[in-house]
Amino acid sequence: MPFIPHTEDEVREMLAAIGAPDIEALFDEIPHTLRGADLSAIPAGLGEQAVSRLMRTRAAADRQPLCFLGAGAYEHHIPAAVWEITTRGEYYTAYTPYQAEASQGTLQLLYEYQTMMARLMAMEVSNASLYDGASALAEAVLMAVRANRAAKSRRILMPASVHPRYRQVVQTIVRHQGIELVSLDFDAGQGRLDPDSLPGDPGPCAALVIPQPNFFGCLEQVDALTDWAHRHKMLVIAVVNPLAMALLKPPGQWGARGADIACGEGQPLGVPLASGGPYFGFMCCRRAHMRQMPGRIVGRTIDLDGRTGYSLTLQAREQHIRRSKATSNICTNQGLMVTAATIYMALLGGEGLRRTAAACHDGMGALLHRLADVPGVAQHFTAPAFHETVLRIEGRPVEKVLAAMAEDGLLGGLALAPHYPALADTLLVCVTEARSGEDLDAYVDALRRALAV
Amino acid sequence: MSEIPSGLKYAKTHEWVEELHDGTVRVGITDHAQELLGDMVFVELPEVGAAVHAGQECAVVESVKAASDVYSPVDGEVVAVNERLADSPELVNQDPYGDGWIMQVRLADDAEPGELMGADDYAAMVESEEAE
Repeated sequence: MPFIPHTEDEVREMLAAIGAPDIEALFDEIPHTLRGADLSAIPAGLGEQAVSRLMRTRAAADRQPLCFLGAGAYEHHIPAAVWEITTRGEYYTAYTPYQAEASQGTLQLLYEYQTMMARLMAMEVSNASLYDGASALAEAVLMAVRANRAAKSRRILMPASVHPRYRQVVQTIVRHQGIELVSLDFDAGQGRLDPDSLPGDPGPCAALVIPQPNFFGCLEQVDALTDWAHRHKMLVIAVVNPLAMALLKPPGQWGARGADIACGEGQPLGVPLASGGPYFGFMCCRRAHMRQMPGRIVGRTIDLDGRTGYSLTLQAREQHIRRSKATSNICTNQGLMVTAATIYMALLGGEGLRRTAAACHDGMGALLHRLADVPGVAQHFTAPAFHETVLRIEGRPVEKVLAAMAEDGLLGGLALAPHYPALADTLLVCVTEARSGEDLDAYVDALRRALAV
Repeated sequence: MSEIPSGLKYAKTHEWVEELHDGTVRVGITDHAQELLGDMVFVELPEVGAAVHAGQECAVVESVKAASDVYSPVDGEVVAVNERLADSPELVNQDPYGDGWIMQVRLADDAEPGELMGADDYAAMVESEEAE
């Protein structure tokens, strides 16, 4: 069935039926000062041939640099089958499956995604995805304030070791709701929170955010932090790299009681790097907080004949029912990215994910080993790291070093000074399983050359 | 026709109030309200000790169809909530005026009688709503 909502004749009929002269008249309630002008800044159209040529030129300008840049989005090997299957017609138009009877395939896939994510996080419940990691953290903050009514507080402890962009996005989303983000400093030597320096009496707070690994790649002491937060009647929001959870202790097992909410960026699970997206966010929680969780949940049930079926569930608090009082205003989810992630996880399996995560960690260790005898380069923080770490560069400004490496065809990392003025001479570097031994050699050579100038 | 006991007071928003003659009242939703909402799956209760104000949200009843606010019919402080609803929200359907009660409120000293109706007025209101 073609999706053509109405013909010109039908438009005329409808306008006649309601007595409006033309479509413009339907907008006359909007004051003229608020109406957008003509789109004069949009250039005239180009033909397909011209567009293809323009795009090829621009793509070539990007070259194909060897990527050692992480900072929230990661280049991993994605088996060809992942997107071959994801882009099949049956999946490609995955939209919010309201019509359960016509969407069993998509619903089953989402149900399996939820099952995989809940297991990976060792949590009881997963939703069917959110927009991205940063907005998932913002939703987790809103959810924690709703769920922890006993705290009677709208303060959230937000470590400075959480991704700076995530903190900005959270601030943007929650600041008009009277929620206060209280920053927690990291230990300048370790590059992570020091549980011993946390306040004895933090005052009422709804939740503590714990990143794992944190923005610097460092592993936080999640057990001690989780127990400290629970002792002070806070909920614990874990914001984690999902791939790392195949290797590290998952949020549901942190401390004596486990984290209450786990969220993060799902991109490492089969979604390629692409100018900032589309990626997807994930969120899991303990069963006790299930009704405060935003977004969709797909449930498994049986039909009248006893056959297994799937449908959206627990949506009575969503915006199409609760309007302005909805728990969230998450509309259609990142269905296609989630499809890819589900297929990626299914293809790799638990063991494959563990080996991929271990290969990332080993690659970082191998790079540090190679860098040990490069003068002027040192690992800045002492805490153990997953697959990213902060390097301190002496002898030449970091921006100049990175620019020189880029000339050599390498993305050498992210300069941290714009985000952390105290970390002026540092960069954040990432190694995944996609980097070979030769790639690591090329990095070390490029860094030596960049420093030798 | 839904059940509307004569001894209770009613709010426009379909809550009932039972005078307990010790300075407190018991509050729930009416038989008519539970019929409209359908099978209850969850009741979000207020906190004991919380202040409630007439006309303002104090609880949420969630059915298979919708999650709806419950508005406090009176001013006062919550002194008890029906903990049984946590595991058995269906009590609101089965016995809305008895085991399905939601909260008990100690009336504020300066509490006004407010705009509560008797059973006859409430029955008339329900009838006129249904006629629409």
